[in-house]
Amino acid sequence: MPETTKKLPLGQQLIYQAMLLFITFTVMFPILWIVGMSLDARDIARPKELFPPEISLQAYLRVLGQPTANPVTFIQLAMNSLLLAGGVAFCAVLIGVSAAYVFSRFKFYGREYLMLGVITVLMVPAIATIAPLFVLLNSINIPIGSGFNLRNSLWGVGLAMISGALPFSIWNLKGYLDTIPKDLEEAAIIDGASFNQVFMYIILPLSRPALAVTFFLGFLTGWTEFALSWQFLTKPENFTLAMALWNMTGQYSGDTPWSAFAAMAIMLSLPVAIVYLFLQQHIVGGLTVGGVK
Amino acid sequence: MAAGNMSSQKPSAFQDWWQKTSQTRFIYMYLFPAFFVMTMITFYPLFYQVWMSLTDYGVKNLKGTPPNFVGLDNYWYIFGGGLAAKLPNFNFWRLLGFNLFWTFSNVIVHVVAGVLIAVLLNVEGLWAKGIYRTLFVLPMVIPSLVIAVVWRNMFDPNFGAINVALASLGGLVGMAPEMFQIRWMEQINPPFPGIPLPLSFFAVLIANIWLGWPFMTIVATGALQSIPKDLYEAASMDGATSVQQFWGITVPMIRPAMIPATMLGLIMTFNQFNVIFFISNGGPLRQTEILVTIAFRLVNEQRLYGVAAAFSILIFFILLGLTLATNRITKATESYDA
Repeated sequence: MPETTKKLPLGQQLIYQAMLLFITFTVMFPILWIVGMSLDARDIARPKELFPPEISLQAYLRVLGQPTANPVTFIQLAMNSLLLAGGVAFCAVLIGVSAAYVFSRFKFYGREYLMLGVITVLMVPAIATIAPLFVLLNSINIPIGSGFNLRNSLWGVGLAMISGALPFSIWNLKGYLDTIPKDLEEAAIIDGASFNQVFMYIILPLSRPALAVTFFLGFLTGWTEFALSWQFLTKPENFTLAMALWNMTGQYSGDTPWSAFAAMAIMLSLPVAIVYLFLQQHIVGGLTVGGVK
Repeated sequence: MAAGNMSSQKPSAFQDWWQKTSQTRFIYMYLFPAFFVMTMITFYPLFYQVWMSLTDYGVKNLKGTPPNFVGLDNYWYIFGGGLAAKLPNFNFWRLLGFNLFWTFSNVIVHVVAGVLIAVLLNVEGLWAKGIYRTLFVLPMVIPSLVIAVVWRNMFDPNFGAINVALASLGGLVGMAPEMFQIRWMEQINPPFPGIPLPLSFFAVLIANIWLGWPFMTIVATGALQSIPKDLYEAASMDGATSVQQFWGITVPMIRPAMIPATMLGLIMTFNQFNVIFFISNGGPLRQTEILVTIAFRLVNEQRLYGVAAAFSILIFFILLGLTLATNRITKATESYDA
């Protein structure tokens, strides 16, 4: 039989379309609500209608100035979030990839125990490690200037976040490296390449997508991390975007207009959402196939 | 490598050994950075946490005074209900039960909705497939922190999107807008008689379903597309109905992809801090609290670091049990479907 695409009967097509349009409505409703609110031209605390009667970008301008009552600018908040997320993700990938490679390729004494160690700590949610990290990092004080407390700094939050990000990065990268065929490496070894050369010139280039995805997932976690930063940081100049977003809603919001809150939510999401869209297939594949093996 | 040159001379015992162990050295050298860092900031704090859980570590000890050893008191404090003195309405077993119920109710809906929508999107000849697939990814790519605070905002009793939308729908059939000032988060009486769940449970459930099903749809879509079409053709020639085809072909074929995704979903939902903390904040009367939100409160609000450490260790063992149990269940049912 020649290839013919089955034609869907019109009645069925319409029923399916109605169902999908309803699902689309439920998916889009919160997004449209928040986008609409962020464009509200009136500087009022609470809009009364679903979509604003006139639109402008003034809520964004307001947020780009000083989003919360704390004396800290949007740029500062964004820089803190960026440094934290980028630093944590970079360290986790850089330190994790060599261990992931060894786990994926070699049998050696203690391998099972070390892997078990990694899997075990992976199972501990970040929030269940706050108490010891808080206490330990709090005990490190360096008497420079007005005194530096490691806990009350972006460095401390960063270290606490690497504590969870590194095991994840080892595990995620190992899952991906397991899927790379060994033939290339074996051929290179026969040709006289050293293990270092194999790693640098074969493995690293081949695992570029996995490195990118692992970096991005680490970045995403850091970018929206809340509990650790909220617990550790007390100086407004160290605050992050995620903390500011929570400051703009809920019990700390005061009379922050919802339009400003909405603009903040969008500015926080947009950069990571766009990157996620591009990497989506790699991320889903890695999490479901490589990660659990 | 230098091996060729060296073999011309007679290698010394040391050189021989050095050569033989090059792989071992390489292995441990490559492991070293990760394990050095993990020992310092992951393993050590976790062991420290075990010790902390046996002490009365509190704010007074932050300045350097060592805490007192109290044995298993912190654990009895949690199990026995003594903690309710600090956290009103706290009950460990109820909390654990709710956490498990929350996890399974969510993940079942995620998987069922996710698979059904994926199957719907896979129907041949369906219009605008690409558009739907693109739009349905959106809940997954927006950070869950943002999703949670936005839903919280939408559940606002006076001006939130949900109540405003319901009021305008009700207005069409002549209902007064005052009827739709639903207090989603504060209402204490259960909305459905006989079901002991507050309205806020249904609110966080709705938000988390919105957040969770697209991931399952994406995983299921990937698996569906790899099913050979002739399987269905052969089945329909043999007279199998589409329901039979779904259970006989689709389900077994997508199962290998759905199981890891479901396990991931279970763990993520069990620890879904953002949705609970930001939307219902555990209320009313702690009825929608889960383990991780309480763990955070013990550190952040109560500053009971010793109790928090004990609580975190309990969370760890519960998660371990959950993982092992789900692993067993999936293994046990494997032969049944295949």
